[in-house]
Amino acid sequence: MDSALLVHRLHFAFTVTFHYLFPQLTMGLAPLIVVLKTLALRRNDERYNQAARFWVRIFGINFVIGVVTGIPMEFQFGTNWSHFSRFAGGVIGQTLAMEGMFAFFLESAFLGLFLYGEKRLSPRAHWWSAVAVCFGSWLSGYFIIATDAWMQNPVGYERAADGSVQLSSFWELVLNPWAWWQYAHNMSGAAITGAFVMASVGAFYLLSGKHKEHGQIFVRTGVLAGCIFSILQLFPTGDGQGRMVAQNQPVTLAAMEALFTSQPGAPLVIIGQPDVPGRKIDNPLLVPKALSFLTYRRWQARVEGLDSFPEKLWPQNIPLLYFSYHIMVGLGTIFIAIMVVSVFLLWRGKLFNARWMLWILLLSLPFPYIANTAGWMTAELGRQPWLVYGLMLTADGYSKTVSAGNGMFTLLGFMGIYTILGILFLFLVHREIEHGPAAEPAPVH
Amino acid sequence: METLWFMVVAVMVTAYVVLDGFDLGAGVIYLFIARNSSERRMILRAIGPVWDGNEVWLLAAGGTLYFAFPQLYASSFSGFYLPLMMVLWLLMLRGISIEFRAHIEDPVWQTFFDVIFFAASALLAIFLGAALGNVIRGVPLGPDGYFFEPLWTDFRVSAHPGILDWYTVMAGVIALATLTTHGALYVVTKTEAELSLRARKVALIMWPIQAVLTVVSLIATYSIKPQVMDNYRQHPIGALIPLAVLVSLAVLLWATLRHKEKPAFVASSFYIASMLVGAAYALYPVVLPASTDSSYSLTIYNSAAGHHGLVVGITWWSLGFVLALAYFVFIFRMFRGKVRLEGGGY
Repeated sequence: MDSALLVHRLHFAFTVTFHYLFPQLTMGLAPLIVVLKTLALRRNDERYNQAARFWVRIFGINFVIGVVTGIPMEFQFGTNWSHFSRFAGGVIGQTLAMEGMFAFFLESAFLGLFLYGEKRLSPRAHWWSAVAVCFGSWLSGYFIIATDAWMQNPVGYERAADGSVQLSSFWELVLNPWAWWQYAHNMSGAAITGAFVMASVGAFYLLSGKHKEHGQIFVRTGVLAGCIFSILQLFPTGDGQGRMVAQNQPVTLAAMEALFTSQPGAPLVIIGQPDVPGRKIDNPLLVPKALSFLTYRRWQARVEGLDSFPEKLWPQNIPLLYFSYHIMVGLGTIFIAIMVVSVFLLWRGKLFNARWMLWILLLSLPFPYIANTAGWMTAELGRQPWLVYGLMLTADGYSKTVSAGNGMFTLLGFMGIYTILGILFLFLVHREIEHGPAAEPAPVH
Repeated sequence: METLWFMVVAVMVTAYVVLDGFDLGAGVIYLFIARNSSERRMILRAIGPVWDGNEVWLLAAGGTLYFAFPQLYASSFSGFYLPLMMVLWLLMLRGISIEFRAHIEDPVWQTFFDVIFFAASALLAIFLGAALGNVIRGVPLGPDGYFFEPLWTDFRVSAHPGILDWYTVMAGVIALATLTTHGALYVVTKTEAELSLRARKVALIMWPIQAVLTVVSLIATYSIKPQVMDNYRQHPIGALIPLAVLVSLAVLLWATLRHKEKPAFVASSFYIASMLVGAAYALYPVVLPASTDSSYSLTIYNSAAGHHGLVVGITWWSLGFVLALAYFVFIFRMFRGKVRLEGGGY
């Protein structure tokens, strides 16, 4: 592989992976904070207000890192992927510019009121600021997903004389069916992160015997939301997204499943290591015919394997794609199990004393992050070797004028700065958890 | 249609510089006029609720540039690769220093972020000026519409210049001086007593420097690029723009001397806006001039997106712009008046 290409790919992969650790919690927590604030208003209960304020403080720290690491993403389309931008800017410039005009202005305007305006605003007005921030962050997500969905499944475009693509139908671009499924699946994934983080912090308080009342609110809210969204993550959103891939990117599906040969009644691989040169799976654990059923709703349906496609159209990194996909699905299944059992215990009134379950909730904290990251890796590795599916190869899209050395220089710079940001984030969030939900917040500035 | 989008992008960039300019400028004077922790908090409170929204104008302008002129976006962002990446790093460090400083009441923690906030603000002001200088001077575009500029070569203005040469360094210094005044005048309007008086003093010291630099920059620009006068010769109505620069500079001094706080800040905003509009007027229809061969220059015509996309964009952009203005009016009204430290929240 051309080394400049590799550096530019790593540059984007590193910065976007780090960035997305933060928006997923922003988007996941925002609706839960709205729920807590609604309960506070409805029940006129100060504990819910304290609970909301506690999460607003964590949200604030998280949001700052999300914003500052998000700015480089928009820039990199031009700095590191200029040939792609020249080729596709006439189409995806629409969604990216709309994100700025509609979502960023909304979020930034109401964030200050939301984070610091509680004393200045009436409870109802502050509730509205929470709703506005929540709406802005979810809207922002849609524009980004619509951009990625266009790269996965290009629609609403036409070829221009100079070889670039230009918009031909605004509504086709904005209402891309791929975008709807991907958005539903992604937002549900973000909600899972928010729910698990809330439940995990609550479990920590209950296990350590501190802030018991708040801990119970966190665990209850977290597991109820977690149960709903873990199930939605599998069905209908995960299922719908999977069938989108099967219809539009059959070679990607074959690579995700490491299905080397086309066959009717194709099995589903649960565990096993793909051996690409040998065209087989080592140590497989299979469910016979399940892949055919899941994809086409018929046990005997024929599923196209990798052998149906020319090798140069295969995703280049099949093992990584296969593992990303399997880690995502495996964790998603475990999330459902954890949350269904938790909700059952909650219903029976035993959850707050079931220390083993609280331990599981506490330790589950990192896994939604891993699952969300693995999901995005599945989507983006699965699209390879294409940058825009069927239209432009990744190898043709990077900035030819920016050498590998310059790219490496800035990649190392980002790694250094992001290490500092990560440490600051953990340090400040740790302090908030230590102070607990009853504490008075620090001054604003 | 292309001309309309040229104006839209120019308006958004101007809005960004005027708005984020005052919080950058506040950062530049921050260490010098705020002597203790509570004075520093006053300044941070004055910009706290608005700085993030101000910065969104940069993102929205970038997004709109991408949408309307993809070729320009691709070419300039990859060509200015290194300085843009440094701008990103500075924006990040500055953002976290504003937001994280207050989390811990500790002199070591706060001093650390104070210095980062000052340094990042000052460097960003210089970078913005140098960027504008590069766009006016021209860049070494090749026939394929791409270029790559090293950070510096021999500091001379030539066909293959660096990001920094004497002209762009001068533009950076002007930007620093202008935004220092601008930020100082904003702090004057938002604070009281000692702090406000010190900020006013900064503005008065900066005024003669700014006035001299303004004249120097006009002469320097004409000497390296006589073509900048073409549009002004063909359409003499454009002469109103330099007139606006001079008038707003004069009003700025008069209002500051007379203790008219808000008019002084408004005059400074007009000064910045007319300098930028003057540059845009001189460049049009070129958006990125080539220092190599003028036929390689990027214009609004050879860098714009397809016609249908530009037409569709008018609808949603207008809607988004009206909404953005409404938010800004709302937020600035909400946080109007002088800042005080009593009372935890705003």
